[in-house]
Amino acid sequence: MGTILNVENINVYYGAIHAIRDVSFQVNEGEIVTLIGANGAGKSTTLQTVSGILHSKTGSVEFCGENIAKVPAHKIVEKGLAHVPEGRRIFQQMSVRENLEMGAFTADASTIPSNLEMVFHQFPRLKEREKQVAGTLSGGEQQMLAMGRALMSNPKLLMLDEPSMGLAPILVEQIFDIIKSLNEAGTTILLVEQNAQMALSVAHHAYVLETGRVTLSGTGDELAASEQVKKAYLGS
Amino acid sequence: MSILTKFTGKNTNQYRRSAFWSYGVVIAGFILVSAMNSAGMISNSLQGQLVPICAYIAMAVSLNLVVGISGELSLGHAGFMSVGAFTGVIAATLFQSLPFLWVKLLIAIVVGGLFAGLAGVIIGVPVLRLRGDYLAIVTLAFGEIIRNVLNVIYVGLDEKGLQVATSMEGIHLSENGSMILNGPMGATGITKLSTFFAGFLLVLFTLFVVLNLVNSKHGRAIMAMRDNRIAAESVGLSATNFKMTAFVTGAILAGMSGALFALNYSTVAPVKFNFNTSILVLVFVVLGGIGNITGSIISAAVLTILPEALRQFSDYRMLTYAIVLILVMLATNNPQMKMFLSGLSKQVKAVFSKTKVYHRPQRAEEKGGAE
Ligand SMILES: Nc1ncnc2c1ncn2[C@@H]1O[C@H](COP(=O)(O)OP(=O)(O)OP(=O)(O)O)[C@@H](O)[C@H]1O
Ligand SMILES: [Mg+2]
Repeated sequence: MGTILNVENINVYYGAIHAIRDVSFQVNEGEIVTLIGANGAGKSTTLQTVSGILHSKTGSVEFCGENIAKVPAHKIVEKGLAHVPEGRRIFQQMSVRENLEMGAFTADASTIPSNLEMVFHQFPRLKEREKQVAGTLSGGEQQMLAMGRALMSNPKLLMLDEPSMGLAPILVEQIFDIIKSLNEAGTTILLVEQNAQMALSVAHHAYVLETGRVTLSGTGDELAASEQVKKAYLGS
Repeated sequence: MSILTKFTGKNTNQYRRSAFWSYGVVIAGFILVSAMNSAGMISNSLQGQLVPICAYIAMAVSLNLVVGISGELSLGHAGFMSVGAFTGVIAATLFQSLPFLWVKLLIAIVVGGLFAGLAGVIIGVPVLRLRGDYLAIVTLAFGEIIRNVLNVIYVGLDEKGLQVATSMEGIHLSENGSMILNGPMGATGITKLSTFFAGFLLVLFTLFVVLNLVNSKHGRAIMAMRDNRIAAESVGLSATNFKMTAFVTGAILAGMSGALFALNYSTVAPVKFNFNTSILVLVFVVLGGIGNITGSIISAAVLTILPEALRQFSDYRMLTYAIVLILVMLATNNPQMKMFLSGLSKQVKAVFSKTKVYHRPQRAEEKGGAE
């Protein structure tokens, strides 16, 4: 299994704020990798740098062997890297189906029917609400829609930014079940979470981010067993 | 994200359905006015308004593309109109020896559109890369700058060709020559080329361009960008490209209506296209409903005629105008009124097409825009 994403020594600034400091991490093909950390640790900033919305001053972001650090965001999706941004960013005014079709904007139109079928298979709820206006979906459904939309581009790597945010425990479990099943179906996943317990339970590899730096890394089980992580993120 | 986003409560299906109304209103209006005209039922002063009404409808529809569909506030739409007006007049004068009126008018309108589009590109390239409402500031400045520039531009034509200078003294024409642009006095000695029918065709063309854009894959991307820029970027849309398309298309259409407008008069001064005109067109758009193309058509037509129709109230004219504006705002925002209108449109539509009308859940309006 090769490395699909290799982030090396990135430094990202918001004006004078140095948000990401020398961060490096890898994602291997077929894995679920998670970045955990508290509010403001720089998790979203890291994902946005990988997907080209922000750019690093130093280092490199290698995706499938190609340095994409300078590639603009709209070209990165075409390369097979999909980003589900934080906070359920869906197109409120469009129907569920139209939202999904937007996800295939850069893809070949002929791929839409089979990908729609795949998304509806993963998210039967969306199928039931195909014609509903997306703004009227419940929070959990909106999260499913945002994930389904990203899957429409047939990504090699799916990046999820806090998919469990603001969801009831039962829905959180459901979302994580879907993440696992997507991974089993062959999608590599980079998951950002504050819900460390859930994230570590599904992750093959994990990184802990603290104020812009990677402070710990290991397999999901190793980190779940680590005293430091237990104290800071697992509340025990 | 733009403040306008939360006021544009339409999804793509609704645009597709409202195309029917937009064309219908324009064609019915044209037939009605033509019939009344041949029956001698239209006063002289209203006859003189027919071409300006068409020009303002095209202005409102094209501004709605920028403001309503792409969600960017533009405060200088009259600036593009004036670029189109004066380049159009110059083009019409250059080609004055051509045989058919409509050929000259067509050339003037195309040239006006091209130059206004060029101005749109020059403004759009740097500004649309920024996030936030910078476009409003820059277009506001553009409208004022272009007017001030036109105030010091003198253009004359004789057999040796065009002469351009920044003062009257800079132009040395032969005996057969004549001035086209005279600084603050604007274009003088224009040969009137515009007709109501030409205006009608321009409005149809504008609608055709805007509605086709809105209903295309490209148009959906423009609206996606307006609804949620981050989501749109995350599915691989380039914010700049799609906003540019809407903005430049709007500028081209404004330039075309500028040429139509100017060629309806014997003289046109740059002051005709000042900030007030930009705001006037924006009022048409807001009152007709942001993102609502049919609304823009109706409000542009009604609000252009209204000041004339209110002439009998003399001193109270502008006061009455303001009251009418307020009443329209109240009426169109009234839920009962909205329900009545949408019920009416569904019934009428059912008569024309036997297809089933898809009902949108009411909750969308309340939830839309809240993120
Ligand atoms: N647009 C911005 N301008 C300035 N500073 C920003 C901006 N966005 C984020 N930051 C700062 O960068 C740091 C990292 O933010 P980031 O959003 O990446 O954190 P996060 O780990 O995703 O947090 P959360 O779990 O709350 O989403 C924070 O200190 C934040 O205040
Ligand atoms: Mg975050």
